[in-house]
Amino acid sequence: MRKVLIIFAHPRLENSRVNRQLLVRVPASPSVTINDLYETYPDFNIDIEREKALLLENDVIIWHHPFYWYSSPPILKQWIDMVLEYGWAYGNGGEALRGKVVFNAITAGGNAEAYCPDGYNCYTIPDFMRPFEQTARLCKMDYKPPFVVLGTHGMSQERILSASTEYGMLIESIENESFDFESVNGNAYLNSKLMGTLI
Amino acid sequence: MAASDFLAQSTVFLAAAVVCVPLAKRLGLGSVLGYLIAGMLIGPFVIGFIGEEGEDIMHFAEFGVVIMLFLIGLELEPGKLWRLRKRILGVGMSQVFATAAIIMAICLALGLVWQTSLAVALALSLSSTAIVLQTLAEKDLMTSEGGRNSFSVLLFQDIAVIPILAILPLLAISSVAGSETSKTPIEDLPMGLQTLAVLGAVVVIILAGRFLVVPLLRVIARSRVRELFTATALLIVVSIAYLMQLVGLSAALGTFLAGVILANSEYRHELESDLEPIKGLLLGLFFIAVGASIDFRLIAENPLLIVSLTVLLMVIKFTVLFVIGRVFKLQLGQNFLFSLGLAQAGEFGFVIFSFITQLGIAESRVISIGMAIVALSMTITPFLFILNEKVIQPRLCDGSNRDEEIEADNVEESNQVIIAGFGHFGSTVGRFLRANGVEATFLDNDPDRVNFLRKMGFKVYFGDATRPDFLLSAGADKAKVFVSALDSPEKNERLAESLTKFFPHLEIMMRASNRYDAYELFDKGLTNVYRESLDTSVKVGVDVLRRFGAGAYTATRAGQKFLKYDEEAVRELAAHRHDEKEYISRARETIALQERLIERDMTDRADTVDHAWDSEPLVRGFGASD
Repeated sequence: MRKVLIIFAHPRLENSRVNRQLLVRVPASPSVTINDLYETYPDFNIDIEREKALLLENDVIIWHHPFYWYSSPPILKQWIDMVLEYGWAYGNGGEALRGKVVFNAITAGGNAEAYCPDGYNCYTIPDFMRPFEQTARLCKMDYKPPFVVLGTHGMSQERILSASTEYGMLIESIENESFDFESVNGNAYLNSKLMGTLI
Repeated sequence: MAASDFLAQSTVFLAAAVVCVPLAKRLGLGSVLGYLIAGMLIGPFVIGFIGEEGEDIMHFAEFGVVIMLFLIGLELEPGKLWRLRKRILGVGMSQVFATAAIIMAICLALGLVWQTSLAVALALSLSSTAIVLQTLAEKDLMTSEGGRNSFSVLLFQDIAVIPILAILPLLAISSVAGSETSKTPIEDLPMGLQTLAVLGAVVVIILAGRFLVVPLLRVIARSRVRELFTATALLIVVSIAYLMQLVGLSAALGTFLAGVILANSEYRHELESDLEPIKGLLLGLFFIAVGASIDFRLIAENPLLIVSLTVLLMVIKFTVLFVIGRVFKLQLGQNFLFSLGLAQAGEFGFVIFSFITQLGIAESRVISIGMAIVALSMTITPFLFILNEKVIQPRLCDGSNRDEEIEADNVEESNQVIIAGFGHFGSTVGRFLRANGVEATFLDNDPDRVNFLRKMGFKVYFGDATRPDFLLSAGADKAKVFVSALDSPEKNERLAESLTKFFPHLEIMMRASNRYDAYELFDKGLTNVYRESLDTSVKVGVDVLRRFGAGAYTATRAGQKFLKYDEEAVRELAAHRHDEKEYISRARETIALQERLIERDMTDRADTVDHAWDSEPLVRGFGASD
């Protein structure tokens, strides 16, 4: 049994179509924790000790957020700045997170064509994920390709539902250890199969 | 009395008050003393505008005391009164008995017979509800420990008047007292029936208060005739006073009881605001009458006797009260307030002395001297309050710190921050600063609090923060920031004036109780004005929003935006409010502006705060993938 921590950041979840639906499908299990940063810290005053304790309790960390301006909403950056302390998460004696699995789960408006050298975004999603990847590496964590929901502009309800179903199944399989993280190493996306059908 | 007489007298009384009271207040003497001086001036012995009718006026004006007790009752809910019972009985009873016993012993030693001695002792043991409560309220000391104990004693005394008036007839020595002195119609009834009548009256007040007055007020309020409500309020008080007189109880006590019963009703505040000015006027009249009734001729004939007896009386009362204060563990500063404040004889003394005259318990000379002592001690009382405030309370601070700092209140080392007022507001600011390594100098005028905080290691100095010399000695010339956490808008305004005039380099941050205070402070040229309830109330609003489905961050942002709008609006209005017309239109404009902004925030949420991820223009612009 793996314990999963979803560190979730959406500044206006109540107006979101896709992310709300994604969260609905997250299995309600004692070994899955949703940590809603904007809801818990509306004043950006992050409780560092609480966050560190949560990280220690869990095996798999998911940075779940909409993909804004090629990055995360600001509170997740604040979280990274505040919580991943020197001597705890990285650097001399910073071993607390060693070996934990971490990946991003993101939703983006543009579709896959936009995220390639010929598209208007010029770079791929994994390119844009580099800062997160390196952050994880410095903390001796095991960074995995992101779970990605693309083309959310005008996405049909049907597609939102199927994306959320897959997100739920993914977390469930991580939780019961049936998901093989090794098999996705080198993939662009954690859910490349599903993305294939979406594009 | 002819109409012209009435007008002439009213003119004299009002003119005396209008001249003397502001003058006395200006000199820091308080309004009570102002009225007393006005009375002395127009009385038969100085200018002589009014003669012997002063006493009639006093009886009429005693009604002010009755209304005052009604208002005090309104402030006291029955539960609160019940919680005070121990203090009322303990402090009050011990004061009356101990004081009366000592005075009686002295009277006996002076050669009076025991009946006279007892009657005089009882008359002098009571203090002045009118002066003390009025002064305490004026100085904002009602809620202090000393103020609360003073109130308990006064309340007990008001109750004690009833049995005192009841036993006086038993003391009658001569048969001078004819049956005409029997003032109440029930006095001829047998004892049992009398008791029944008294109990009946109390029950009538309680039942009427519960089941008659409130529905009546509701009907009156619905009629929307403002003066009718005032009339009804007066009717309630007058009728109760009359009922009490019928059964021989103290009118003040009866109305107090009625006030307590109505304290829970929804009309409490209307009653208060309607009766307040009437009470003030009548009390003023009462004090004027007291001043006018001082028999200067008698004092002039026996100056030594009367002055020394007055001083003796006040020393006795002070000592008894001080010991009681000690027993009931009052802090030193509060104990001085309590003991000095209640050291006079009171208006009930006049009542009892006139009763003594009717019953022939004492010779007229004794009574005249007694009355003079009462009036003189009442006149001295405001001075004692001033003595307490200006001399004793500051000394208390100096004394207890003499060994630590030679000149405690001359601030040697100066902090960069000075905070005036160490109540809830100031202490929070101070604790926050201290938690972040910034030490501040505190100014406060409560000696007990000053001593306590010094023990806790705070730099607290005793004094009136509005005095420029004190500000200078507290280091205002070297400090950078001055925070005023005083809760009194008047003091803050005076403070703002002193600070901007004498210490223009200081950055002033000032507490305001509401937006109207804030306007005044902006007018004084201040820019950092903090309305004490603004942030908290917006915080409540934010939490309510969250209960209705807004995300925590959305609600918090809404709160932050609202605070910003509101701060902008209050500044904009402050600049334009002097032109009344302009103010009205500006106010409307600002409200309209605020409404528009808030509406926009509601409808255009996605555009204003959200990242437009799901919004229409973006979808149109980039095209849906379907």
